[in-house]
Amino acid sequence: MDHSATTPVDPLVVDAMLPYFSEMFGNSSSLHSFGMEAAEALARAREQVAEAIGASPEEIIFTSGGTESDNLAIRGVIPHDAGKKHIITSVIEHPAVLNTCAFLESMGHDITYVPVDADGIIDLQELKGSIRDDTVLISVMHANNEVGTIQPIEEIAKIAKENDIYFHTDAVQTVGKVPVNVDDLGVDMLSISSHKIHGPKGAGALYVRKGTVIEPIVFGGNHERGLRSGTENIPGIVGLGKAMSLASELLGTDAKHMQEMRDSLISRVFDALPDVRLNGHPTQRLPNNVNLSFKYVEGESMLMMLDMKGIAVSTGSACSSKSMNASHVLTSLKLEDDYIHGSLRISLGKENTMEDVDYVVESLKEIVLKLREMSPLSNS
Amino acid sequence: MYSKKVIEEFSNPHNVGVIEDADGVGEIGSTVDGDIINISIKVKDDVIEDIKFKTFGCVVAISTSSAVTRLAKGKNVDEALELANEDVLEALGGLPEGKDKCSGFALDALKLAIEDYQEKNK
Ligand SMILES: Cc1ncc(COP(=O)(O)O)c(C=O)c1O
Ligand code: FES
Repeated sequence: MDHSATTPVDPLVVDAMLPYFSEMFGNSSSLHSFGMEAAEALARAREQVAEAIGASPEEIIFTSGGTESDNLAIRGVIPHDAGKKHIITSVIEHPAVLNTCAFLESMGHDITYVPVDADGIIDLQELKGSIRDDTVLISVMHANNEVGTIQPIEEIAKIAKENDIYFHTDAVQTVGKVPVNVDDLGVDMLSISSHKIHGPKGAGALYVRKGTVIEPIVFGGNHERGLRSGTENIPGIVGLGKAMSLASELLGTDAKHMQEMRDSLISRVFDALPDVRLNGHPTQRLPNNVNLSFKYVEGESMLMMLDMKGIAVSTGSACSSKSMNASHVLTSLKLEDDYIHGSLRISLGKENTMEDVDYVVESLKEIVLKLREMSPLSNS
Repeated sequence: MYSKKVIEEFSNPHNVGVIEDADGVGEIGSTVDGDIINISIKVKDDVIEDIKFKTFGCVVAISTSSAVTRLAKGKNVDEALELANEDVLEALGGLPEGKDKCSGFALDALKLAIEDYQEKNK
């Protein structure tokens, strides 16, 4: 129930990877036959990833994951010798984007953080209004990892194109859950992470549209068209390729299954308990994301009690104590104080079943009632 | 990250509730902060005969509230006022780094309850 954090590796992916640890351990740069096998595996994985998102293989750069892809996209398009530049992003991005932007800010560049509405959708008017002559990049995530809101990427892409600005999207949470096609979305760069789609950890990719002027952030032996040096993680990349193929092949059935569980979970929790709120957009949301806030109770307490029942979830809430704050995403949605402390993210996976949903609803009901009984805020 | 004792105290908290005809009540926190701890006490001959808590907050807030009520129950009010962070930490087998100061909240609520009692019985 915490699949947005990570997912188990699909057995088919493991099978695809295994030979590349032992029999086929080659370095793709070597000229002998062991190297050839690795080079072929790399080429095949590149085709698999490209095909899954409607790109050409030359447009795929393998990285160590979503974080590195975000770093490369954002830092790579800032010319190193061109003086001060401007980047537009949103307030609810993943830290991989936000902290990269903060770093660039500390280097003297300007960043605009566009706000979102109460459902988490970016304010397009503000985004348009913040464009400047020296704006080089807009980076807005496809779907948010906490509240699941899906952004109007096509519209942002249009704005970027009209103004001749590069557009990057972090699609780490959407691949395998909603259609991700780089031409339909109209993006110049797109980040992918393997471990969120039943692939291994430590592998990812950045799609870079042909013609995009981008510089490396890692230097060395010029692997990956010079954009990402370092001997490739062949087993990881093979796993990513397989996971991408499976994800796009099964997208229709998996997404439908997850969405049915999502909608059932939400409506049953609302039936079972008063004073509940759904965070994020009601319909423009990831098919596997449920993010609820419960009045009178605190997120970590719920999380811990669910954990004791074998249910893993996450929370963007944090008990005050002034040492911890609620997540930047919940804060950006401007939740009322009553709701901001009691949030839970339940992120479903394709292997979950309706029985799992039954168990979660029953457990949540019991736990929330128990905690509300302990709470001075509720009079139950 | 939490000790066994914290988890045990959190899952089976002692003295949950409100004493209706309490001799002293202490409450700290607000919904903005996210922590609210309410402690009510019943006192006879300066001894805390009964004590109950209601807490809105995290695992630490709930487990420290429970531990504080256990430690204070049966104590003379002056003794109870002497309870320190260390006593709560010891009762809970320690708290994770960054949260070790949180045990103070429940103690503050207890102190307010005792002061409330002393105020009323001057
Ligand atoms: C939206 C988003 N971007 C980036 C990342 C980072 O990906 P990785 O763990 O592969 O570095 C995550 C995962 O935590 C994510 O949810
Ligand atoms: S009391 Fe909750 S974090 Fe300190």
